[in-house]
This record gives sequence, structure tokens and C-alpha cells, in this order.
Amino acid sequence: MVVPTQFGVRAQGLAIGYDGVAIQEGLDFEISTGGIFAILGGSGCGKTTLLQTLTGLLAPISGEFDVLGHGPPDLAVGLPPFGVAFQSGALLGSETLLENVSLPLRRWTDLPAEAITALASSRLRIVGLAGFELHLPAEVSGGMLKRAGIARALAMEPRMLFLDEPSAGLDPVTAVELDDTLALLRDDLGVTTVLVTHELPSIFRIVDDCLMLDRDAHGIIAQGTPAELRDHNDDPRVQAFFNRRPNHA
Amino acid sequence: MVESSFQVERRSNEQGAVLLELRGDCLLVDGSRVWAVVDQELQAGQGFTLDLSGVLRLDGASAALLQALRLKAERKGISVELQGASTDQQRMLDLYDCTREGAGARTTPANLKVLDQIGRATMESLSSIKDVLAFVGDLAHSIRLSFRDRSSINWKAVPGLMERAGADGVPITLLINFLVGLIVALQASYQLQKFGASIFIADLVGLSMVREMAPLMTAIVVAGRSGAAYAAELGTMKVNQEVDALWTLGFDPQRFLVIPRLIALTSVVPLLTIFSMLVGIFGGLLVAVQRLNLTTLAYFVELEKALSLSDVMGGVIKSVVFAVTITFISCQRGLGTHGGAAGVGRSTTSAVVVILFFLVVLDAMFTVFFNIFGI
Repeated sequence: MVVPTQFGVRAQGLAIGYDGVAIQEGLDFEISTGGIFAILGGSGCGKTTLLQTLTGLLAPISGEFDVLGHGPPDLAVGLPPFGVAFQSGALLGSETLLENVSLPLRRWTDLPAEAITALASSRLRIVGLAGFELHLPAEVSGGMLKRAGIARALAMEPRMLFLDEPSAGLDPVTAVELDDTLALLRDDLGVTTVLVTHELPSIFRIVDDCLMLDRDAHGIIAQGTPAELRDHNDDPRVQAFFNRRPNHA
Repeated sequence: MVESSFQVERRSNEQGAVLLELRGDCLLVDGSRVWAVVDQELQAGQGFTLDLSGVLRLDGASAALLQALRLKAERKGISVELQGASTDQQRMLDLYDCTREGAGARTTPANLKVLDQIGRATMESLSSIKDVLAFVGDLAHSIRLSFRDRSSINWKAVPGLMERAGADGVPITLLINFLVGLIVALQASYQLQKFGASIFIADLVGLSMVREMAPLMTAIVVAGRSGAAYAAELGTMKVNQEVDALWTLGFDPQRFLVIPRLIALTSVVPLLTIFSMLVGIFGGLLVAVQRLNLTTLAYFVELEKALSLSDVMGGVIKSVVFAVTITFISCQRGLGTHGGAAGVGRSTTSAVVVILFFLVVLDAMFTVFFNIFGI
């Protein structure tokens, strides 16, 4: 049995950035399991960098962190216990959408080919891509690529999902459906989701807990539920974000 | 790995109705067993009921597999009933319900017959010739316009492009041409020595390097280095919509991207070729002195008699034409890229192959032409 953990991610004194130059430092936070957690902040504040660090794609500059009780993820050892969806899909251009989603299933399960095809098409269907199984990534739109990327991240039934701006660039209807899918995964399967997002409707609809980064402060400026931050946080930067106001502070 | 508690029990009542009772966890790790058990029941060709009341955890993967199996059964005309799912499990099953919707699915393209393939390939190569000609025409027009409107060209890029194509390529170009001169001389030295005609090594190496080998070998190196780089670079820009962005900013991508490369290559390739001629001749000298015991002075005196300025000019003119060919083809392939990373790979390969083909064809045409006019 997997040791049950109370937290999905725990970070202490984490400093992140590129080439030894920290964008964010002294990050202390905990992401509990079974919730949807959002990383918020303006452009260039290091949200994507934090996501890359947590998923093991980028080494931290200093500090410690732990994902699902396994320590920092080591992608060299094999399939991580989480799925990652990238901002613009990052699908392999030479493979169809179906093949892209089948990729991890072929490598990491012993399902027969027929079952893999069925499962991969189901994953595409729940992100609204039924009928596009045999399209190449170059033949579908940007929003569809993004959704196919999420289908691929879901393929291995991960306990945790990292999503980089999943609903940015999607039409409102698809965005809401995607939100509902994430909520369903959380409610039924206890999947922990960590997402970077700017979409206020989506934040208030599904996000349980969030932290807000700031570029100039080089650290976390607020933590809590979206409603708490909106109603009980006096920081002008937080207020500007949640009320869609220009920040003149 | 998670220890699986998945179990299945098969029961049938007096009427022969079959009930498959799934128990424990039904997760992705159990997927292949779930699939095997239910698929086997399907083979019997009889309707049956799947009872999920004993299932503790049902994940999305298993829900998807069960729904896919139910659809498979339906297509065979077998009815499979799902019962006993909890509310949450039912939501998961509904999410993965295959029959819910589905845009017009694309079918796999049928395998093309041989004749179709030949026809298609012929049409494609014809249209690619048309593309190249159209590109050359557009470019000629662009060049004319750019004389009037000098700010439409990205002049700032030219020095960098010249450095990358020229200075950075000097070591490999010189090494290859030195070795070519040496090999030509070495091969000829055996024959010439037999006839006591050793001194003619200078004529042979000098003429073949200056008129043929230096321009061609240099162009091949430049095709591999810069031609491939241009096709890949412009191809990636096309795929990333950078080329479209240039259009929307009021730039003609051809003028902005191709002309600087044309200027860079047409100015550095002749220079590289002249260096190549020189090192090739020195390669010959090494053999003449070391193997044929000629003096350096004798070698150069003979070389001066054999070579005229028109030979050198012929080689240099060739190299300019080669440079133009390399730029045209690599940029045309690059800007014609479509289909993501794989498309960039296709464009680069095709650019290098087509360039090599044209270099050899043009070289042959030049040789015939020079022959006829006695140059």
C-alpha cells in the first residue's frame, strides 16, 4: 500500500529560478491532498517556474520540497505519480492525438491494444475531442491542443495533476466543462490538482486553496481560499487581482 | 505498486442469466484483468449483467474501459447491463459514456494503390517545381523593390549571418579542401611518376582544384552547414507563426529574411572558395615535395604556366551561382514548412537533398558550357 499522505506538496525555504538567479525565494507552503490548488500572480512572477520545479523539470536553487511523500520527483526513474499538462499542449507533432494519449498507456500498462485505444479515446472524449482521434496536432486549434494535453496528463489516472493555464484560451463553455471535470476528479477520486490560472470565474468555481506570488516581492504575498483573499485581504496587490483593478500601489 | 484487491465472481441463475460481480478496487492497474474477464464473457455472445455494488473504488480508467466494453457489446447486439454503482461511481461512468456524443469521426485513410501513389508523387513534384519557380519570381520582384525601400531588409542580421556561414565554417572547409587536394595529387602521382611526368602534378591539382573541386566541395560544406540551418530556422519560424507575425507587422518575410541570407552567402561563399583553392594547391604541394621530390619553386612555376585568371574567375563565378542556389532552395523549403516539428525535419532533409542534386547538375552544366566556349 502507498503510505497515505496528508499533503500533496510541501515546500520549505524553496528558491526557484534559472541559472542560479532566484525569481522567487523563501517559499513555504503546503498543498493538501484531494483539493484544487491554484498558483496565482501576475505575468513573469514565476508561476510556471514553480510548476516546473514541483514537477521535477527544473532543479530548485535551494530549499526543500516533497511531492506526495516521495521527495522531490526524479523523472529519470520512470513514471511520476502525477500528470502534467503544458500551456500549449506540447503534443508530439508526428503522432495523432490518440497516439499521444496512448503513449504512456502502452509503456506503463499491460492492457491489450484494443483497450488502450478505447481508454485513450475516452480520455479525449471527456475533454471534448471526440472525433479528433486521428488528427495530427498541426491540424487542430490551439484550444484543442491544450485539451489534448490534459487528456494525455490524465491518461495514467494520476493521483495528482499539474496544469499550466488549463482554461486560458478556451471558450467559456469548454472552460466550464473542464472545470467540472477537474471537480469530478477531485470529488470522486480524490485527485489533487495544482494549477496555474488567471481565470477568476474558474478560480471561484472550483479552487479550494491558493497562493499568490509577486514578482517584486520575490515571494508569497497571500495564501488562503479565493473568497478569503478577495474579502479579507487588505494587500492592494491581492485586491487588484481579485477585483480586476489596475494596481497603482 | 498498489496492492490490488480486485476480484470477480461469475454467477448464473436457473434461467441462464449471467451475473458478473466485480469486487474490491477497480483501478487502472486492474484494467487488463477487468478487460480480459468482461471481454471473455462477450465472446460467449450472451447478454449479461455487471454488478458493481461490491466495488470500493472505481477510477476513470476502469469506468472508461467498462463503457468501451459495453459499446463493443452493443455493436455485437449483446446487451450488457451495469448495476449497483454508487452515485459517485455512476457520475464517473456517465462521464465516460461512449454513446453520449461524438462529432463525425475521421476514418483512417485507405491505403493508396501503387498507381495512385505514382500519380500523387508526380503531381507533388510538378507542383514543387512550380513552387520553386514562383519563389524565384517573387524574390526577384522583392530584390527590385528592396533597392527602393532599403528599410524593408533586416540589415542588422547580415554581419551575424556572414560570420556563421563564413568565419565559423572556415576550419571545416579548409580541412576538407586540403585533403581533397592531397588525395587528388596522391592518386595522380603514381601514374605521372611512371611516365616521368611528375611536374604535371601542378597542372593537374591546380586546374582540378580551381575549376571543379574547390567550388563544389565548398558549396557542399555550405549546403550542409548553412543550407540545413536556414531551412530549419525559417521552418521553425513558419511553424511558430513568426512568419505570419512579420506579415502583420508590414514586413514581407521574403525581403526581411531571405535577402539578408542571400547577401551573406553570396559574399562569403566566393571567399571560402578562394581559400579552398589555395589550401587544395598546398595539399598538392605536400605530395609533390614529399613523394615526387619536386622543389616548391618548380611546383609554383609550373602552376603559373597552367593556370590563367579566367580559370580562377570561372571557379569564383560558379561559387556565386552555388551560393544563390543554396539560399533559394533552403529558404523556399523553410518558408514552405507545415506540420509542426516533423514538418521542420522534412523541410530540412528535402532542402539538403535538393541542394546537393542541383549543385551537381549545375556543376555539370558549367563544365559543358565552359568547354563549348573554350574558357
